[in-house]
Amino acid sequence: MQSILVMVVVALVAFTMFRYVGDPVNQMVGVETSMQEREALRQRLGLNDPDHVQFLRFIGKAARGDFGISYQQKRPVSELLIERMPATLELSLVSALFALLAGVPLGVYTGLNRDGFLSRVFLTVSLIGISLPTFLIGILMIFLFSVQLGWLPSFGRGPTVNLGWWQTGFLTVDGLKALIMPSVTLGLFQLTLIMRLVRSEMLEVLRTDYIKFARARGLSNVAINFGHALKNTLVPVITITGLQLGSIIAFAIITETVFQWPGMGLLFLQSIQNVDIPIMAAYLMMIAFLFVVINLVVDLLYYVVDPRLRVESPAAGGHG
Amino acid sequence: MAEPLLQVRDLVVEFPTRRGTLTAVDRVSFDIAEGEVLGVVGESGAGKSMTGAAVIGLLEPPGRIAGGEILLEGERIDNLPYEKLRRIRGKRIGAIFQDPLTSLNPLYSVGRQLVETIQTHTDLSPTRARARAVELLAEVGIPAPERRVDQYPHHFSGGMRQRVVIALALCANPRLIIADEPTTALDVSIQAQIIALLKRLCREHGTAVMLVTHDMGVIAETADRVAVMYAGRIAEIGPVREVIKSAKHPYTHGLMGSIPTIVHDAERLAQIPGSMPRLTDIPPGCAFNPRCLHAFDRCRRDRPELIPIENGNVSCWLYDAAASLGVAETRALVARQAVASEPADV
Amino acid sequence: MAERADDRPAAPGMLRRWLDSDLWFSFTRSPVTVIAGVVTLVYLVLFLFGPWIAPHDPFDMASLNIMESFTPPAWEADGLPQYLLGTDDQGRDLLSAIIYGARISLLIGVASVLLSLVIGVLLGLLAGFLGGMVDAFIMRVAEVQLSFPAILIALLVNGVLRGVLQVERQADLAYAVLILSIGVSGWVQYARTVRGSTMVERRKEYVQAAHVIGIHPIKIMLTHILPNVTGPVLVIATIHLAVAIISEATLSFLGVGVPATEPSLGTLIRIGNDFLFSGEWWIAIFPGIALAVLVLAVNLLGDWLRDALNPKLR
Repeated sequence: MQSILVMVVVALVAFTMFRYVGDPVNQMVGVETSMQEREALRQRLGLNDPDHVQFLRFIGKAARGDFGISYQQKRPVSELLIERMPATLELSLVSALFALLAGVPLGVYTGLNRDGFLSRVFLTVSLIGISLPTFLIGILMIFLFSVQLGWLPSFGRGPTVNLGWWQTGFLTVDGLKALIMPSVTLGLFQLTLIMRLVRSEMLEVLRTDYIKFARARGLSNVAINFGHALKNTLVPVITITGLQLGSIIAFAIITETVFQWPGMGLLFLQSIQNVDIPIMAAYLMMIAFLFVVINLVVDLLYYVVDPRLRVESPAAGGHG
Repeated sequence: MAEPLLQVRDLVVEFPTRRGTLTAVDRVSFDIAEGEVLGVVGESGAGKSMTGAAVIGLLEPPGRIAGGEILLEGERIDNLPYEKLRRIRGKRIGAIFQDPLTSLNPLYSVGRQLVETIQTHTDLSPTRARARAVELLAEVGIPAPERRVDQYPHHFSGGMRQRVVIALALCANPRLIIADEPTTALDVSIQAQIIALLKRLCREHGTAVMLVTHDMGVIAETADRVAVMYAGRIAEIGPVREVIKSAKHPYTHGLMGSIPTIVHDAERLAQIPGSMPRLTDIPPGCAFNPRCLHAFDRCRRDRPELIPIENGNVSCWLYDAAASLGVAETRALVARQAVASEPADV
Repeated sequence: MAERADDRPAAPGMLRRWLDSDLWFSFTRSPVTVIAGVVTLVYLVLFLFGPWIAPHDPFDMASLNIMESFTPPAWEADGLPQYLLGTDDQGRDLLSAIIYGARISLLIGVASVLLSLVIGVLLGLLAGFLGGMVDAFIMRVAEVQLSFPAILIALLVNGVLRGVLQVERQADLAYAVLILSIGVSGWVQYARTVRGSTMVERRKEYVQAAHVIGIHPIKIMLTHILPNVTGPVLVIATIHLAVAIISEATLSFLGVGVPATEPSLGTLIRIGNDFLFSGEWWIAIFPGIALAVLVLAVNLLGDWLRDALNPKLR
């Protein structure tokens, strides 16, 4: 229910932008076109129809993936999006994996060894990680690894291989090299977030009564920390991480700008700079859709992990 | 006389804080015999839970044992390294805590938690362990245990959960159980059932119990002996009936007097004027002296030791042999406390 | 007990109480937090007295000498002593530019936080106090907005406003646009917290009593409930300040923030980015360090505040 509401609201916002910001006709035609021709064009495009009609038409077209023509680039928006999608998705995926695979163990370690020296080091580094804006990290990395050391390429994706309509950078060494810095940059923020979250959840859980009782029963540290504490820690971590996935895709905008990575984020930014409404609207709808999907997946995961959420038959429960 | 199961000698538990070191348990000594139920009673903050936590080795840092000894079956356990202590926990000393709603991990089935504990302390195979788990559930009175063993904690009511907790604590047949307010969080009607269950099982298995609670009713019902704690120290310790019927220490007497009873009419409940001192503000000498009607000079100077009287001990200078009027007279003197009157001396 | 002699001095002054308090204690306990506090103080001083402290005025076009652009920092071979950190592509002294830029970054950051705070607290109070439809509506909006990362919303608002406003006025209104974008994207945290506290307090008896007596609901909200939420709100605000500063820097870096004529730290980094490869590294790196240090200090303070005010961790 929630999701439908989100989509509707977003669609409304997108449509409002379309309708009221800038004038599509003026954007599309040259300066010499007469008023009459503009008027005729307006009529043909259905821009004089009542609002709700236009809105429905808008939704219909969106559902079919038709977002109109980019003002700036004169090409269908959907084409542009599909072209740039693989780049962004690959980048986001690698970043997310990086953040998770490094963040969770680090979080567990700093949670278990609360006051240890190494923990403090990690925490300090994590604090720096949150404090550095993504673009700054990117710039610093470029400065270090490209300018000074010359190890890694500083922009672009490198050579890509076409698998059907999908262009992948995974299959070439240079492609992979180009992927390293951007994904680390993008993932660093998420990593620190995940690490701190896992740590704080872990600390909370370690203070609960059932952990205390587990200790009183003489269970081993391994059983307590990894069997009991970890599982309970991960439950809330799942939601937050899921939501973070969405923000990775959004933050890709910044990373793609710094590294000139030809993805959807860069496209969106350019559309903001040029007030290219169709792209803005399309990006918005797409992100909303993505979030809805992610939310659903997270809800499902929650259901699988936490038995309290599974609705049982009424025969359960007893008295005394 | 057989050697006591548990011996606590001059136990001191401290908490370093920025305002100085707090002494939560101040030289407490007592014994628990095999199969005996010792009640430990007192107000909140008197140090009862800390004592229990210290015995099982679960003091939360920065709290620590700063002095004294704890001996289990004659061997010291307070100075053992973590691993050795862990092996004792569950196997030789068990614990039950107050809130059944938070004592069980909500993500694992009851059976899994039981089997895990069983397998930690015995060599049973998974199948045998599971069978044992079902047996235990039946023992604590859970109906249809074969079905319920796979259910999750949230499928059980509070009282049922506490039964599961008891089952878990008794899994490996420990010699001693520390029960910290086991019925406080339960409905009154359930309390009696759980207490009866605990009493029965411990009698059947010969398990000793250190029953920590602020509820005298539970103590009266269940304990063999009782220790009354005040401000981190033991005021009086002795057989239950003696302590309740003929309390020796002025504090105990006040405590008994303040319990409402159907037996005789009273215009008002007796109240001990003042309140238990905060751990940072314990007066010199006897901790109770500011509120005690019978306090004299020595009470304000020297802290009383546990003086053996009849079947128990009292820490009160009134009973000191050198100043004695005889036990019976002293007790009568203490019993003559008027209701809510002014302290004798300023 | 003897009566207390009344020759004790009157209640110890506010300063004494503050110095004795747990808050100050936990502050001085941690050297890191003290350093963070000092750093923030330094930035604050720069904010207030910047124009008098900075050696040059980087915004005064007339004083710029284009011949001296791209001067490296003073300690390098070609450096000049009057330009301690070097100059940028327009001949602006980098140290002064950083000071002025930090002022702008702080200004926008604080203003955005204030905007978010006001919107959030107000909406939170309304939602918590009035309940029902109002609450449901506000919370729905909050949830929808929460599904999107703040930066995206900020970008969007920015884009829309640019589309709506005339091009000429864009430079003037850049600050307002920025503050609006960041402010609008950040209110939800405040609203949620305040709503929660409001709902808790509303049920308490003293509020109901006040209601019965006939005190106006707004007065109840302001005088009773508001003081109870200051703690958590303060923590959120501090952490949000760090986020807001980063957001502004990011937007400026992306080119949709503070224009290059009077650059903020983010804009400076953007300018410097173009010259990283050609060797004039200082134009990007020094503002970067200044930004990082500021945000780090604010974050540390926020962390300390949160731990200090959290009753569970004591």
